[in-house]
Amino acid sequence: MPGLTEYLLLSAVLFTIGLYGALVKRNVVVVLMCVEIMLNAVNIAMVAFSRFVVPVELTGQVFAVFIMTVAAAEVALGLAIILALYAHRGTVDTTNIDLMKF
Amino acid sequence: MVPVIAFWSLAALAVVGALLVVAVRNVFRAALFLVLSFLAIAGLFLTLHADFLAAAQVLIYVGAISVLLVFGIMLTSDVQRGSPNSSLWLPGLAIAVLLFFVLALAFTQGAWPVAEATPLSPTTGPLAEVLFNRWVLAFEVVSVLLLAAVIGAVAVMRRR
Repeated sequence: MPGLTEYLLLSAVLFTIGLYGALVKRNVVVVLMCVEIMLNAVNIAMVAFSRFVVPVELTGQVFAVFIMTVAAAEVALGLAIILALYAHRGTVDTTNIDLMKF
Repeated sequence: MVPVIAFWSLAALAVVGALLVVAVRNVFRAALFLVLSFLAIAGLFLTLHADFLAAAQVLIYVGAISVLLVFGIMLTSDVQRGSPNSSLWLPGLAIAVLLFFVLALAFTQGAWPVAEATPLSPTTGPLAEVLFNRWVLAFEVVSVLLLAAVIGAVAVMRRR
């Protein structure tokens, strides 16, 4: 029976894969996908804590519901910004989006 | 025996899907591998006795978010040009590996107070009870956030 540590390590693996993609990828849509992977990894950790530490209180599952809602809002707003950026500058490459670079 | 096989196969599927999202050049294929990873994570929620969250994962992530991402891919760049790495990929990899070792150390060394009680089996009813009693304020704040995000998305797209 896989315990809490296995689930937490899986969550860490997924989180670091998402972090690597979010730091390194040049396509903004792929960066958004990697942020989603990171949020999913946190959700796994939340639900695992809920299952193994407080099995009858469901606190971690409530937090996972909130994270899912925030992720949905984030994707809707992020895609709107990406589409506006593409209409404005004709690219979704992060090396060319340097408007706020000092 | 069944939970062990289920956990390891679903975990492998989720990790391989996430790795292919990062590794593959074609952006559209990356979105499809992301869907595979999301589905495996829904299965992992089932192994954790979180049946409502597994259903919500399939509906929200596999259903809605991936469709939105595919829309984004279709409306922006040419799919074939792909998603190249930036020139600073080595420091990014170093930061990710370093963070993984820190997290793994914390997770394996930490003494988590594991409870022995049997988890609730259908969680939908109890989850609603907790959500609308103890966490009702957070629930309302999150619904306002969702409304603000929708209005913001419309406003960003309307301005020319």
